[in-house]
This record gives sequence, C-alpha cells and structure tokens, in this order.
Amino acid sequence: MKVLRDLRFPLIAVLCAFLVGAVIVVLVGDSPIETYRLLLGSAFSWPDGIGYTLFFATPLIFTGLAVAVALRGGLLNIGAEGQLYVAAFATAWIGITFANLPAVLLVPMCCVGGVAAGALWAAIPGILKARFGSHEVINTIMLNFVAVALVGYLTQYHYRIPGDPIMETAPIGSGAHIARLGAFIPGLPARIPLNVAFLLALLACWLVYVLLWKTKWGYEIRATGQNPAAAEYGGVSIRKEIVLTMAISGALAGMVGINEVLGYRYRYYDGFSDNYGFTGIAVALLGRNHPFGVIVAALLFAVLQRGGVPVDAFTQLVSKDIVLILQALVILFVAAEAMFRRPVGSRQSAVGSGQVAGGKI
Amino acid sequence: MKLELRGITKRFGAVLANDHLDITIPPGTIHAIVGENGAGKSTAMRIAYGFYTADSGTILVDDRVRDIRAPRDAIALGIGMVHQHFMLVRPMTVTENIVLGAEPGSAIALDLRKAAASIRALSEEFRLAVDPGAIVEDLSVGQQQRVELLKALYRRAGLLILDEPTAVLTPQEVAEFFAILRRMRDQGKTVIIITHKLSEVLAISDNVTVMRDGRVVGNLKTNETTAAELARLMVGRDVLLRVDKPPARPGATVLTVRDLSIAGREGARRLDNVSFDVRSGEIVGVAGVEGNGQTELIEALAGLLPESQVSGAMSFRGRDIRQLNARRRRDAGIAHVPEDRHRRGLLLEFSLSENAILGVHYRAPVVSGPGGVLLDLPAIQRRADLVIREFDVRPPNSSLPARALSGGNQQKLIIGREFELPPVLLLISQPTRGVDIGAIEFIHRKIVALRDSGCAILLVSAELEEVTALADRLIVLHNGRIAGEVDPARATHEEIGLLMTGGRS
Repeated sequence: MKVLRDLRFPLIAVLCAFLVGAVIVVLVGDSPIETYRLLLGSAFSWPDGIGYTLFFATPLIFTGLAVAVALRGGLLNIGAEGQLYVAAFATAWIGITFANLPAVLLVPMCCVGGVAAGALWAAIPGILKARFGSHEVINTIMLNFVAVALVGYLTQYHYRIPGDPIMETAPIGSGAHIARLGAFIPGLPARIPLNVAFLLALLACWLVYVLLWKTKWGYEIRATGQNPAAAEYGGVSIRKEIVLTMAISGALAGMVGINEVLGYRYRYYDGFSDNYGFTGIAVALLGRNHPFGVIVAALLFAVLQRGGVPVDAFTQLVSKDIVLILQALVILFVAAEAMFRRPVGSRQSAVGSGQVAGGKI
Repeated sequence: MKLELRGITKRFGAVLANDHLDITIPPGTIHAIVGENGAGKSTAMRIAYGFYTADSGTILVDDRVRDIRAPRDAIALGIGMVHQHFMLVRPMTVTENIVLGAEPGSAIALDLRKAAASIRALSEEFRLAVDPGAIVEDLSVGQQQRVELLKALYRRAGLLILDEPTAVLTPQEVAEFFAILRRMRDQGKTVIIITHKLSEVLAISDNVTVMRDGRVVGNLKTNETTAAELARLMVGRDVLLRVDKPPARPGATVLTVRDLSIAGREGARRLDNVSFDVRSGEIVGVAGVEGNGQTELIEALAGLLPESQVSGAMSFRGRDIRQLNARRRRDAGIAHVPEDRHRRGLLLEFSLSENAILGVHYRAPVVSGPGGVLLDLPAIQRRADLVIREFDVRPPNSSLPARALSGGNQQKLIIGREFELPPVLLLISQPTRGVDIGAIEFIHRKIVALRDSGCAILLVSAELEEVTALADRLIVLHNGRIAGEVDPARATHEEIGLLMTGGRS
C-alpha cells in the first residue's frame, strides 16, 4: 500500500489548508464550522451533491491523469487546456458531420476522433522537443492560445447556427449521446449530467496504472522520465518516448470532450472549460502523479467546486471565493511538502554527498 | 600547524559516520587518511573544515580548543581544503580565482595588481609555476590543481586538506605534485591527504590514519607499515592486492575498429583515426588521462553517439554495426558497463529489480503475454535475484531503490546485469571507480573469469594500476589518438605515463 503511504503528505497538506482556511473565515467574521458544514454537506448530499461532485470530478480526473503521465515521462504538459478544447471540438464535429449514423458507430467514432485530436495536438510540442529541443512548457502554453482561438474561430464562422446568440455549435446527432448514470442508478435523476464518461475516467486510471507499471512501454516512459541518459543507454529512443508520452497525455486530456460533448451539452460550447487543464496540474501534483492519487485529488477539487455555491448563498460574509482560497492553499501546502520533509531529506543528501566525496578506495 | 580531533562523533540519520574519532596530526608533517567508501574520512575532514558540525567532540588547533562552524572559521584559523572536484570559475583568470572571496583593495576598487604580485611571490616560494594572468580553462588539470593550492596558500593556510588530489593526474604530474607537497612540508606547512591509493600513501606520507566504519582502526608511522597491512586494516580481512590471472588464450577477432573518428564541437576531433581489434578471450585495455577520447570511443561502440558524429568502420563478428542502434547492438551481444553509473548506468529511483532489466526490458524472458507487452514480474524477480546472488549485491533486497545502495554495490548490480546478457563483447569503463577494495577484488576476478569463458573485453580505466593489472594488451590514448600499444606485463608506469602525455612530460 505504497500509494496510501505516498498520499500521507498530500493529506496533511489538505488538512493544513482547511485549518488556514478556517482562520480566514474567522477573520472575515463568520463561523468556520458552519462554512465547512455547508461546503462539505452540499457536496455529499444525495443525489445532487454526490451526482454533481462526481460530474465535476470527471474532467479533472482526465486532465490530472494527462499531466501525471507526462510528468512520469519527464515532461511538463501545461497544454491540457488547449488539448481538451481541440478534442472537444473534434468530438462535436464528428457528431455533427455524421449525425445520422447509428450510436454503435457514432459514439466510438466521436470518442476516437476526439482523443486522436487531443493526442495530435499534444504531439506537436512533443515533436518540436524531440526534433529541435525546444522546451515543451513554452510550446504547450503557446498552443493553448492557438487552440482556443482556432476552435473559437471554427465555432463562430463555420459551425454556429445562424442567429444563435450563444457561441456554440449545432447539436450533435442523437446517436452520439452517451447515457447519464441516472439511467442505471435508482434515485439519481436524469437532469444530473453525471454520465458514462465518469466510468470511463475510472477505467482510464486503471489503464494508465497498468500501462505505467505493468508494460514495457510504461517502463520506458518512466525510465525516460527518471533518467533519460540511462534510458538511452538501455536502448530506449528518447525522441520517440517524448512524442509518445505527449500524445498519450493529450489523448487523456482529450477525453474531457466525451464528458462535455457526448454526455452533457450534446454540442460544442465555446469556453466550456473551467480551467480544467490547469487545475489538472494541481490534481496531478496533489495525487503524486499516481493514477489512483489523481482520483482522490480530483474528487477533492470537485467537492470544493460543488460546495462553493451554497457557501456563497447561505453564509452572511463568506463568498464562494473561499473555494479558490482553499484550492490555492492546498496547492501551496503540497508545493511546500519539501519543507515538511527537509530535515530527513537534507540528512540523506548529506550522507550521499559525503559518500561521493569520500571518493575511491 | 597542529590539528587534533578528539572524540568527534557525527550521525547522519541512522548512519554513524564518525564514531568517537581521535586523530592527531603533528605540525609540519604529511598525514594520509585512508579508508573505504563511507568509512567517514571525508566527513571527518569536512568537520575539520567546518562544512559539517560534529554532534560531539572537540577540535584543537595548535592545542587550543576551537569552534569551527563554517569554512569561514576554518580559513580564519589557517586551514585550507582542496576538493577532489576543483572549485574554480573556469572563464576567469588565475588571479581572479585565487582572490575570490578574499578580494584585496577597498570595497569599491579591486586591486588585482597587488594580488598578482603576491601570487607570484607565493608561486616562487613553493615553486608552483602558474601564470597569474592565464585563464583557468586554458590550464591543464595539473596546473588547475596548483591554482587550488595557491588559493589556500594565499589565504595563509598553515594546514592543507587535500581530498583525493591525484585522481586526475598522470604519473609524471603525481611525481611533481608530491615534490610540491614535500616542499610545503619543509616550509613548515602541515598537509592532510585523503586517498585510496596505498602506493601513494607509502610514497608521500609521514603518518597514516586508517578508518573503517566511522572509526579509527589504526594510527601508524608510514615507514613502519606495508600496503598489505593497510589494506587489511581498511577492509578488516586479508586482501589480494594483485590480480591473479592466467595467460590469455585469444580466439577469433570479435571487434574490428578501423579509422574511427568522432567529431567534437567546433570541428575538433574527440577521436582521431583509431584502429584496433579485440579478440575473444582477451582483455584489451585503454589507458590515458581522462578526457582523451575514451568516453567517446566506448559510447560510439555502444551506439550512444549520433551517427553523424562518427566516421570509420566498426565491425562486430564480421558484421558492420554502424547502422545498429544501442538496442540492436545489445541484442547482438555487446554489453556495456558505463563509466558514470549515476548518469548512464542506473535509474536511481527505480528498484533493484527494475534496474536489473534495463536494456533487456523489452524482450523475453522479461516480457510475456500477447505481443510481448506485459512485464513478467516473476521473471524479473528471478533475474534480479540471480544478479544479486551472483554478484553479492548488498543488501540483497530487490525492492530497494538503487539510490539506497553504496557505490560498490551499485557497480556490482550494473556489472551483474551486463554479465547476464550474456555478452560476446564487453565494453567496460572505470569498473571500480568509487568502489571498496573488497569489491574491487571481486569485480576484477569476475572480469578475468568472463575473459576466460571466451568473452572479448575492452576495458577503459583511468587507474593505471588497474588497467595494467587486468589488460592483456594495452592501448594508450592521447588527444584522441592511439599514442602507442604496449605489453602491460612489461611496460613500466613511466613508459605508459610518457605515452599518456603524448611523449612530452
């Protein structure tokens, strides 16, 4: 249960964030107990709380996984946001263009097309890095702007229904809709958009786990991430790994489109992403780049997102910005983890350097 | 200057690095401190220099208890230290380097002329010939070391601590360096030299302290001891210092290298028209001062250099291997123990099991299942256990990260992994760098045994002792060219040393 042990520090970080958050609520002049009761109570109520929390968690699992896989491979993918936009648009485009196909064909086509679009979009900075050595952080960030502008343009000038005041495309064919979980779970109303994509997210976590730790491909990705020179020595093509890892990362980010387009709005809605791609970085960080950790972290962020609304509505002085503050605090404390660990870490490194300097016999 | 450590204890986490050390270094002597990796000798000296503070114990300088909390304090007391890896700013001049941190002149005006004059005076006094105006990166390694010495002397050091000072020097440079140390002693300086070369201990020191497992196990007068006694004290048992090896029985030619050249940056050639053969059942040694093309030679043969940099012919069992990538070459039976185990050889955060399959991780028996994609964890475990058992890797726990092992055990893991390939040709670089004496003996025996089983071996080592002891034929590289080939059983170190410097000393 190494995963659980690894999650110990993130857990401490979350607790610290809530403690500091409580202090802030007190300073504002409200009751932290009441605020947290509203925050957590609404997130865990049945069916709306739980339904929406899981729905909010779905894109964060995908983007968290995307960032985690890339980091395991030694790459920082800050472009999940752009990748998921391109993918969602591609998903919708297939759903619109082939609207008359039966579900059994159209759903897989939309899924595969969207995921492929995300993978290709992410492969661009991968290829640039592998071929020219340009840094993926710069290129993924820049491609975010390109992606947003590109899908915005396509929506505005080519796929918007004339006269529609909203920046959105025409609806996808009904054959492309995927089921909401309300259809299977008694007591969960169909209006709650939690859909099959959530199950797909859990499946993706398991698949990524198997890929990374049970296959030779995952071994090569992790080896490249841990020490590229040693991986190269072991016969791994670093260039190929960079492109492959970015493509896998982009594919996972692209799966957000399945949740959004096929399971929720049934069309492409411009600007739909609530910074999922960037929150994914925090999710991966908090989940320690482990697929199962990502699930836990995505749930936490979803709880905060869901719980913010009633906090805003039912407290006197606290606004839903408390959620942003808590999110920021969680990230700060996770990032400061090294601080908690330093006493141990520095001793270890001191021994290490001592041995190195101890030199040869 | 007299230095005395009394009851020095230092603990790093669970590791007791120094356990009640008592060391007395009489003034005006050259004092050697020897011990295996992790014996605590560097830690002790770092405490004396203020890098670490001891948990308990006292330091006496000239019979007075002193509180040394930072290198600053040590320098103020007249203690200087020269590290194994030089701490020089390479694009700056000798003078600028020497005054760095002790700049002469006022706060706003740096008086380099005055500094250069006093550096000249110092270098004449100790006959440390260095041009104060030279740029450090233009200097040879031996000259850079003199700059380090001058740096300490400029700060009026009465006692100098030298950490592995001869590791990067040719035999001629070592002789010169020792002459400098003796002059310094004769001028009243005290010198502490941390080393692992027992022959040098015997050649240069007046007294020697032997450490093992954080404790002092012997304080001896150098002229009353022998290399065998020192080695026994260091390891705790009798050690075979020579390599016992029967004559080679070479077979067919396995590796043929013809006119191999490797382009470096800016048109310079890192390797220049090198040709040689390696036959099965023989060890061909490559000697040379580090940085004379050995690294590039091995990486080119292992397939780790871009093809565009490499020209010439390389054939392995009669087959051209230039087009083959690193994986294909390994598949063909070329194993490679890299010179830098942390950079190339290991995935430090990965477990020993995962490290034991690096390079064969994509093929049976390591993978199984449809398409050979899934890692076969039991098979990996078996392979790891085999390597750990055959090569005595300690602790024998395959789930530990490679980082947790000592240098010697990391090296045994790598060598074991490569021997399991099994190799037809072994490329092995610096096989015992940073490895304990006991493990050196073990690794040398394994290499000879592999040779006797018919493997062709190309061995690169910066340790002249090692390469002459193991090799059946010896090539000397200088400036990317073969400066000569000698019979390691007959050639003297002086002859080889002359070739290493390209015929000039």
